[in-house]
Amino acid sequence: MNTALISRNDLLLFLGFTIAVLAMPIWLQPFGAAYPDLMQRFAIYGIFALGFNILFGLTGYLSFGHAAFFGVGSYAAVWSFKLLTMDAVPALVFAVVIAGLFALVIGYVSLRRSGIYFSILTLAFAQMSYNLAYSVLTPITNGETGLQLTLADPRHLDRMMGVTGGSPTLFGQPLFGYAGFYFCAGLLIVAFFIAQRITGSPFGMMLKAIKSNQTRMHYTGFNTRPYALAAFVISGMYAGLAGAMLAITDPLAGAERMQWTASGEVVLMTILGGVGTLVGPVLGAWIIKYFENIFSAFNEGILHRTFAFLPDGVEDVVVTVTSKFVGEGWHLTLGLVFVLIVVFLPGGIMEGVRRLFNWARRPASVGRASPRTQPAE
Amino acid sequence: MTDNVVLHVADVHKNFAGLHALSDIDLSVEEGQTHAIIGPNGAGKSTLLNVIVGRLAPSRGAVIFDGMVLTGRKPYEINQIGIARVFQTPEIFPDLTVLHNVMIPALSKRDGPFRLNMMRTLDSETAIRQEAEDILADVGLHERRTTHAGALSRGDKRRMELAMCLIQKPRLLLLDEPTAGMSRHDTNTTIELLKKIKSRGMTKVIIEHDMHVVFSLADRISVLAGGRIIAEGLPDAVRGDPRVREAYLGGAH
Amino acid sequence: MFEVILLQFVNGLDKGGAYALIALGLTLVFGTLGVVNFAHGALFMLGAFCAVTFQKLITLETVTVDPTQLSPWGTPVEVREPLVQAWLGDFGAVLVNYSVPFSLLLAIPVMLIVGIVMERGLIKHFYKRPHAEQILVTFGLAIVLQEIVKAIFGANPIPQPVPADLRGAADIGAMIGLTPGIITYPIWRLVYFLFSAVVIAAVFAFLRFTTFGMVVRAGMADRETVGLLGINIDRRFTIMFGLAAVVAGMAGVMYTPLLPPNYHLGMDFLVLSFVVVVVGGMGSLPGAVAAGFLLGILQSFASMTQVKALVPGIDQIIIYLVAVVVLLVRPRGLMGRRGVMEA
Repeated sequence: MNTALISRNDLLLFLGFTIAVLAMPIWLQPFGAAYPDLMQRFAIYGIFALGFNILFGLTGYLSFGHAAFFGVGSYAAVWSFKLLTMDAVPALVFAVVIAGLFALVIGYVSLRRSGIYFSILTLAFAQMSYNLAYSVLTPITNGETGLQLTLADPRHLDRMMGVTGGSPTLFGQPLFGYAGFYFCAGLLIVAFFIAQRITGSPFGMMLKAIKSNQTRMHYTGFNTRPYALAAFVISGMYAGLAGAMLAITDPLAGAERMQWTASGEVVLMTILGGVGTLVGPVLGAWIIKYFENIFSAFNEGILHRTFAFLPDGVEDVVVTVTSKFVGEGWHLTLGLVFVLIVVFLPGGIMEGVRRLFNWARRPASVGRASPRTQPAE
Repeated sequence: MTDNVVLHVADVHKNFAGLHALSDIDLSVEEGQTHAIIGPNGAGKSTLLNVIVGRLAPSRGAVIFDGMVLTGRKPYEINQIGIARVFQTPEIFPDLTVLHNVMIPALSKRDGPFRLNMMRTLDSETAIRQEAEDILADVGLHERRTTHAGALSRGDKRRMELAMCLIQKPRLLLLDEPTAGMSRHDTNTTIELLKKIKSRGMTKVIIEHDMHVVFSLADRISVLAGGRIIAEGLPDAVRGDPRVREAYLGGAH
Repeated sequence: MFEVILLQFVNGLDKGGAYALIALGLTLVFGTLGVVNFAHGALFMLGAFCAVTFQKLITLETVTVDPTQLSPWGTPVEVREPLVQAWLGDFGAVLVNYSVPFSLLLAIPVMLIVGIVMERGLIKHFYKRPHAEQILVTFGLAIVLQEIVKAIFGANPIPQPVPADLRGAADIGAMIGLTPGIITYPIWRLVYFLFSAVVIAAVFAFLRFTTFGMVVRAGMADRETVGLLGINIDRRFTIMFGLAAVVAGMAGVMYTPLLPPNYHLGMDFLVLSFVVVVVGGMGSLPGAVAAGFLLGILQSFASMTQVKALVPGIDQIIIYLVAVVVLLVRPRGLMGRRGVMEA
């Protein structure tokens, strides 16, 4: 990479991120999370949050409908498997294009309003998509059962090529286990790179300026709507990509992926990690998916073992209380943490890290001008 | 009326729910001149400015700039035509740095109302950056270029907003009380700055309370009271006009 | 044909009543406190679970094993005796029968406290913060509330009984002289409609005819001026939040026989009620009520077989579609004030 095209800080961040993603199987070992299935989800939801942040983090438009694009991506990918081929590339392309078109239509309408009205419009569109996927669109979505692969699928391209086999591949390489993980990791790195370029571009600065003061943008000669629409479509394409990846790791698409509470989840990820930063949303996605995985597996037996060092009576009380927060109750913990974050740390984990950092080196730096103007990314 | 009229406000009326905010406004501003609009509070000065920049649609009449009808155009289109505005309370990008605040209008001037340039980096925009730094040096904010604009003092925000307008090299600059809330020293600095721009031949319409500012800058003055222009002319003539004294100077002071 | 239309019309009334009640509370909170409350649906759900709790409490029973009696399969018979009946006799039986309406007595104080605690503890810190952050924090709160309910009551819907005397259907058509047997309507849904009408009337009367209400209305119109008069508007607004919670809670209580409540009931109703508020016009109380009934009735019409044959799936999306059209064509909603919440 030519240094004229990318600044040193951005390059370092990108390299650091790439290494962290590729080395996941190593550094996640101590956390007990280094298995492909979970790491794939880290990558998928990382991309989802990364894309959501391009809209919400940069322009400030809070969408509660992004799960619709995620769901559309999944359906498109499964249809690509059914009709064309089990190869992943057409599925991804197809999903991103369809999700992008879908986002273009919904964004075009929704962006005619701003603020809370925009949020409600996206919410209404997402609920419409969800309800339709369950009812009239059953021929496309297969309703409650969800869209699945069957032996009767035509798979025209595969048939022409004489390829058989019933699971997703990449140029003939099956995407099981680690192959699947590295495939997803590669996409996450590409997605991160693009998001980084967008954030650091004049276009990205316009998006931030829209968030900061839309009136001034108008009086400065900008037509803000196409900017916001472009951000909306890009983030919709990210969501579609993530949805398609989920369908590749598990070729099944269901309407529940489109429900508005699923949109809420990506909002949680973005806020938890740090809205408006590059790394934050990815981090938020990882943390939520990690704890969802770990906490969901906790049951009373494990808790009793964990708290076995306590006196019996106390142990029972502690176990009863904590059991409400893990396993089935994991969402309770998530909700509480989320409320605390919004109240005390609106910048999420990234802001927390920055505060700690500043606090740690405050004595050494008096009147130091900040070298970079952007919030740490 | 001379040929080099660049802004013509033609017979503009504005009603708000039956209330006449502006009536029979006819105003001509010549190229390169500084035209001041004065008048007591509630005279309709800000309404007039809002009609010119397209924020409000006039109930009747039209605003014509260099042969183009502005009425009915959106604020961003009017800016692209070459009209920039400084607000009474600074409209800036508080979350961005001072440098970026000033680079954004420059990019608007170069790239137009929309451009999907997302694969360039900001760092590669060296020409725009240099231009922004020069303007910031002009208004005395160069050493604060990496500060977030929201952290500036009120006076500095105004000066930065002025820089944001100047970098676009607008053909017409509208200033809504550019020195309100400034210290005497800052006011004088701003006056010097505006005089300097004048020497570059930029047309300006200025709304101002401070008579010191008005008489140091204006080539022509229109006096607005009760939504009508009650007097117009050279500063000295307006100063001596008894109607003006009664409606404005005498009444207010 | 007239009867068919009338039937759909009345069919929409109970649902419309529920929408109107929730939207009314949302609008009160938004109008007074300026807060977009995504946890309002959760309050409706909490109300519903007040009914569940009340029903559980009054059907607590003692179980004694009577060894002298043997069941047909030779085991001793368990004799169950509801405690309320033991203590209160016939009145206890009435209480059990009418558990849903009686649980309003539990729901009102509980919801008032919940509302006030919520406002004082959390919402008040968000008055000055952007609407996006208000949405986020109340959304988080909604998750917390529903998960608490899930932890206590489980994930499955818990049906609530309609009082025995109010089961069955009323033949409204016959009552007003039309052909009998066409417009029959479950009595409880009629009760719900009347109940919602009474509550709505009470809220409006409260706002119109009490000093408290007048100050609150003045505050909704112009908070600063009222503040300048030296009136402590904040405390009144806190109480308004409690009142909104009570209204949502009561709506939830009475709805339980129509829809067995589960923990995500609130989220389901939240989206709908926001749509209602937007259609009615953000900040307009009459708008919220009118839009609530309007959308309830529209939905009922969209569910007609004939309509569905014409436009498949319309019953699934009608409400959202109306919202989208209203927002685009008339952003203020049916009765909203200009500029409210246009960021």
